[in-house]
Amino acid sequence: MKEGTGIRDYDWSLLTIIFSICGVGVMEIWSATHASHLAGMQWKQLWWIALGVVLMLALSRLDYHSVLDKAPILYLIGILALLAVLAVGHTRYGAKRWLPVMGEFLQVSEIAKLIIIVALARFFSDVRTDRLSLMDLFKAAVLTAVPIGLILLQPDLGTAMVLVPVVAVGAYLAGIQWKHAAALFLAAALMVPVAWHHLKPYQKERVTTFLRPEEDPKGSGYQILQSKIAVGSGGFWGKGLGNGSQNQLGFVPVRYSDFILAALAEELGFAGVFVTLVLYTALLLRLIQNAQRAKDRAGMFLVMGVAAILGFHVLVNVAMVIGFMPVTGIPLPLMSYGGSAMLFVFLALGLVMNVRLGRFVN
Amino acid sequence: MSPWFQNDNRLPQTRLTVISYTIVALMALLLLGFWKLQIINSDRYAQLAERNRVRSIPIIAPRGAMLDRYGRVIVDNYPSFSVLLLRDDPAQLDHMLPQIADGLNLTLDDIQQQIEAAKALPHFQPIVIKPEATPGDIAFIESHRADIPLLEMLMVHRRRYPKGGFMAHVSGYVGEVSADQIEDSDNRYKPGDIVGKAGLERQYNDQLMGVDGLRRSVVNSVGREVGRLEQTDAVPGKPIRLTIDYDLQLVAEESLVGKKGAVVAIDPRTGDVLAMAGQPSYDPNDFAVRISKEEWKSLNEDPEHPLLDRAIQAQLAPGSIFKILMATAMLESKALPADYHVFCPGSAEFYGRVFHDWRKEGHGNVDVHDAIVHSCDVFFYNVGKQLGIDKISFYGANLGLGRKTGIDLPGEETGLMPSEAWKERVFHQKWYPGETISVAIGQGAIAATPIQLAYMIGGIITGGRFHQPHLLLSDKAAPEVDFPISDSTVDTVTQGMYGVVNEPGGTAFASKLSGIEFSGKTGSAQVISNQGLARAGKQADLKDNAWFVGFAPRQQAEIVVAVLVQGGEHGALAAAPIARDIVKAYYDKKQGKLPPQELTTQAVPGIPPSFAAQQAARASKPDPGAEESIPTKPDPVAATSATPATTPVATAPVSVNP
Repeated sequence: MKEGTGIRDYDWSLLTIIFSICGVGVMEIWSATHASHLAGMQWKQLWWIALGVVLMLALSRLDYHSVLDKAPILYLIGILALLAVLAVGHTRYGAKRWLPVMGEFLQVSEIAKLIIIVALARFFSDVRTDRLSLMDLFKAAVLTAVPIGLILLQPDLGTAMVLVPVVAVGAYLAGIQWKHAAALFLAAALMVPVAWHHLKPYQKERVTTFLRPEEDPKGSGYQILQSKIAVGSGGFWGKGLGNGSQNQLGFVPVRYSDFILAALAEELGFAGVFVTLVLYTALLLRLIQNAQRAKDRAGMFLVMGVAAILGFHVLVNVAMVIGFMPVTGIPLPLMSYGGSAMLFVFLALGLVMNVRLGRFVN
Repeated sequence: MSPWFQNDNRLPQTRLTVISYTIVALMALLLLGFWKLQIINSDRYAQLAERNRVRSIPIIAPRGAMLDRYGRVIVDNYPSFSVLLLRDDPAQLDHMLPQIADGLNLTLDDIQQQIEAAKALPHFQPIVIKPEATPGDIAFIESHRADIPLLEMLMVHRRRYPKGGFMAHVSGYVGEVSADQIEDSDNRYKPGDIVGKAGLERQYNDQLMGVDGLRRSVVNSVGREVGRLEQTDAVPGKPIRLTIDYDLQLVAEESLVGKKGAVVAIDPRTGDVLAMAGQPSYDPNDFAVRISKEEWKSLNEDPEHPLLDRAIQAQLAPGSIFKILMATAMLESKALPADYHVFCPGSAEFYGRVFHDWRKEGHGNVDVHDAIVHSCDVFFYNVGKQLGIDKISFYGANLGLGRKTGIDLPGEETGLMPSEAWKERVFHQKWYPGETISVAIGQGAIAATPIQLAYMIGGIITGGRFHQPHLLLSDKAAPEVDFPISDSTVDTVTQGMYGVVNEPGGTAFASKLSGIEFSGKTGSAQVISNQGLARAGKQADLKDNAWFVGFAPRQQAEIVVAVLVQGGEHGALAAAPIARDIVKAYYDKKQGKLPPQELTTQAVPGIPPSFAAQQAARASKPDPGAEESIPTKPDPVAATSATPATTPVATAPVSVNP
């Protein structure tokens, strides 16, 4: 417990942004589900938000140095949990992702994301130089590759991908050498055909659909097409909350979760989208500002790990909604319905709060 | 030991700033993406959203009926159901297809082929997978509404024509609009529309064809109907009233049974076509659902050419009918005196070649009246020689030959009225005077259609007032071409034609009608034109074509009948009796002796009106409860036995007041 930090030391701007985004999300979840058998979903979402806020505040009272201290142990626990999921996990939608905790099913990979942020923050602050050596880069890569591999086995390509920007942003801030970056980039490009070979059929389909949506207007291209129709038909002012035909009649796929922005774009139009994206930009810039003002590199890496994951989520999800990216199953943080994802975001933000509060302590 | 984070406060501020800018740039890019979708392409996506949301099922407008001049229904519609397949949800489709195939008695292959064929159409547009649903199919669709929401029934109105090819060439037939027609229609037609393809169906398609309506409903993403939108009712096509008199048409049709030829009856005072028939014919009902390739091929390749509308398309040498034109030309041109006469020994020599008369022993001394009555060839050879081809051609052209009469039917032929200039133009050859001799008796390079001959005679006997023949009954007078012919000429010619039928020795004396001034002219054409030869096939040229053009009464004629019997050999024997029967029917009717046909007799082709009225009532007021009881493939002619006593009469839309 720290001394001398009070309620006014919290980042109230950040909290305002967070609650605004949550508010928009709850509203759109209500609109998307109120006329269906899913009605009442917004209450569950509010419950998750409340739980998330409590966890965030709790985590923010902990010194992040003590969290980083236990990074190796946390990392091991994370790996074990991922192995446990593969061994005894609950299968839903053809993937083993859930472990039963307190009567709810928790997506272990969400916890894993948090642990990777902590582990990599610890690793990069241990490097201490401003020039990342090849050996350290390799170590960081292995550190990330192990959980990525385990998550891919579930299989959950989306979450696995989310871990990549954490290590990428970390390496960039830790001073990756340009030649190493270029070599990695080249290696990744060469890996594409190999990776393609190992993709599941539905994943391949998503990618081909993305590249040539017109070839399959009713198969998996359907989701992107319907999402684009929803967005485009919204126009500037939207059709009004609860009035989007694409949304209300169920043409938008998982309109309360991954495609919630499509539902919002249809009902609240470009105006609504503009406000939402400005909120997300403000969120991310505020996170980076927190990183810039962190007391030490460890804090900065922690905050930037969170910013990397959230930023990646936002950019990929928004790009998917307008057909700039294939369907990956990456939700929109703070808006998409889902308990595990919500708890992860608030815990991650708890770490950020923690770093900020640490600033005021000597 | 100091903690691992000691002295660890050098932050890479520049790199953090770079990341900030990157995020702002990417967000701006995404906003641009939204701008493009929501502002620039908004209309297109709004349309797509509407298509998603709204399912439109057409309400087919019934075509207008065709009525005879007294309002009796000749062509109408009967309701039938087509089975529509909704293709919005491919997953559901694949899953339910076997069940659908089973329920509708179709093979899975067949349905899949139809789906494949319609791949290019937008998926929200349902396709017809079974054009004519059986009561079993309807029951299947109704009972599986909940678990197979992919099937819909579309009520269509199928055309019902009289059976057996009755008036088929006049009515024509309908069919699915062709790609060319769609292109030429200025968006009036859309794929799948049923339009007139021949005959009156084609000529008056704009009146007959209605405007389809739309039943619009809101559907959710799995294709379940969740609400109804305002529906656009169909605008039925307008019925057309024809100049045809069903009673005369019946006589005309009956008289041609088993023959090859055509009959045209017109009112020379107005141009009204009272009857028009042609044989061999075809059954337009075969086209009403969807004609198979084989049927179409056999109709097209039939050596008897059932699709040829002989009344307006058979271009044949008019034979002795042409002598009426020659007589008119001779008298009107005053090239020869009115009392010009010739001795006919049975043949005559012109330009070094002997031309025979049809009567070997000759006709003796004949004037123009005798020449018409006895159809003397030698007389007209001489007239022809005196007039020359260009004078003949001048009168031919002005009396209606070599050009279309302008009847309101598609595909009318012009026939051929030769002249020196024509031969020069077409064959680059000089006209030989010897050719004129043949033309003078309607042989050689001259061709006319039955409608042209009726038009020509009708014009001549009315003093040169040529009323454009027409099938659509109208209050307005038909366009008229005047070529005044003097009363004395008209008198001489009509007297001659009266003699043909009424004077002993007249060529058609056998067809005399007591109490009726039935007049006319026989013709037996030895050769047919090259065009006609190509059309009519091989056998027809073995026997002469029989012609007769008759009219009644002698003065102020009310009806002109042209009859062609191909291969009938003798106009007097084969053609004149047909004209006589029609004229007799006309008078019998006028005098109240012939009870008007009430279209209930099944012994002859026609429509049972009680049935038609029933169907019309149903079609105009769709009653969902009546669906099961609607016979989906009704047979317009149920029986062939004449049992007038038991046939219901009351509901027939008949009002006859000649």
